Amino acid sequence: MARKKRTPPEINAGSMADIAFLLLIFFLVTTTMDVDTGLQRMLPPPLPPDMPKPPEIKQRNVFVVLVNANNQLLVEGDWLDIRNLRKKAKEFIANPLDKADLPEKEMKEVPFFGMYPVSKQVISLQNDRGTSYETYIRVQNELAAAYNELRNELALSKFGKSYDDLVRLGDKEKTDAIKAIYPQRISEAEPKNIGG
Amino acid sequence: MAKFKKKGEGGTPGISTASLPDIIFMLLFFFMVTTVMRETTLKVEVRTPMATEVAKLERKSLVSYIYIGKPIKNLQGIFGTEPRIQLNDAFATLQQLPDFVETERNSRNEAERPLLTFSLKVDKETKMGIVTDVKQELRKVQALKINYSTKKTDKLF
Repeated sequence: MARKKRTPPEINAGSMADIAFLLLIFFLVTTTMDVDTGLQRMLPPPLPPDMPKPPEIKQRNVFVVLVNANNQLLVEGDWLDIRNLRKKAKEFIANPLDKADLPEKEMKEVPFFGMYPVSKQVISLQNDRGTSYETYIRVQNELAAAYNELRNELALSKFGKSYDDLVRLGDKEKTDAIKAIYPQRISEAEPKNIGG
Repeated sequence: MAKFKKKGEGGTPGISTASLPDIIFMLLFFFMVTTVMRETTLKVEVRTPMATEVAKLERKSLVSYIYIGKPIKNLQGIFGTEPRIQLNDAFATLQQLPDFVETERNSRNEAERPLLTFSLKVDKETKMGIVTDVKQELRKVQALKINYSTKKTDKLF
């Protein structure tokens, strides 16, 4: 059988682009590019039933924030608009003028800073079961913002860079030093129904 | 200037489309790799609140979601408008939460378990009561790393 040797026929690749387009459009439509963002918190571990009473914390060292069912704030015994919470919290945490009714300070050895007066602040947050989640998050956000602003200010004056930048650069020693001076202490009270 | 002599008889030469499939494939692969299919169908309405001090959640594989909100419109006839908890694809009660935490933990390998974060996707109009209950349940089973899912905004007021 004398047959001519045939080359296999070429596959027409002209429609390849169309097929690829089809797939591309499918993935374009189904893709969700949302990065999940949020406020990260650690819950306190559950209390053992026979826990000894925690040591008393002095009144001046605690910043009490109460939120009622009508989303109103009671801060340190006074009604406060949420817009002013950040300023008030900053003043409390740093206590720049060493006022007697704001937190005490303790001299502590901090890397880069040497002996530095670190305030013994604690923020206590308590909300009602009827508080709206939006208000709760806003309060959490304002308190976190107060800490972040103070850290930024301190980092800027000491290292010439904001705290956020230090975090971004991964400069762990410096961020740890700043965290040691302004540790974020937001304690949430055990829930109880205050009513209202 | 003999070097820059005009060639041809004018008219625009056709652009070669031979590399078009390659370009499209490149895009295709990009989207194939980055795409994340939505695994759960939401049965509750969740509009998360805004916040300024947000952090990005790294490692999506180490995040489990808990949705809280009122049932979506189609389901309100059956389930009412009271906020409910949704785990995976179904409504759940508080009592189911420890089991959910346990299954989520078991689906990760040993080393990653302590890094598991529970992201609370809560509708902003929800009352804190149900959120507090969920937090208490999570504390009981030692799932302490949580994240309040919020959208980033530059200015709140």
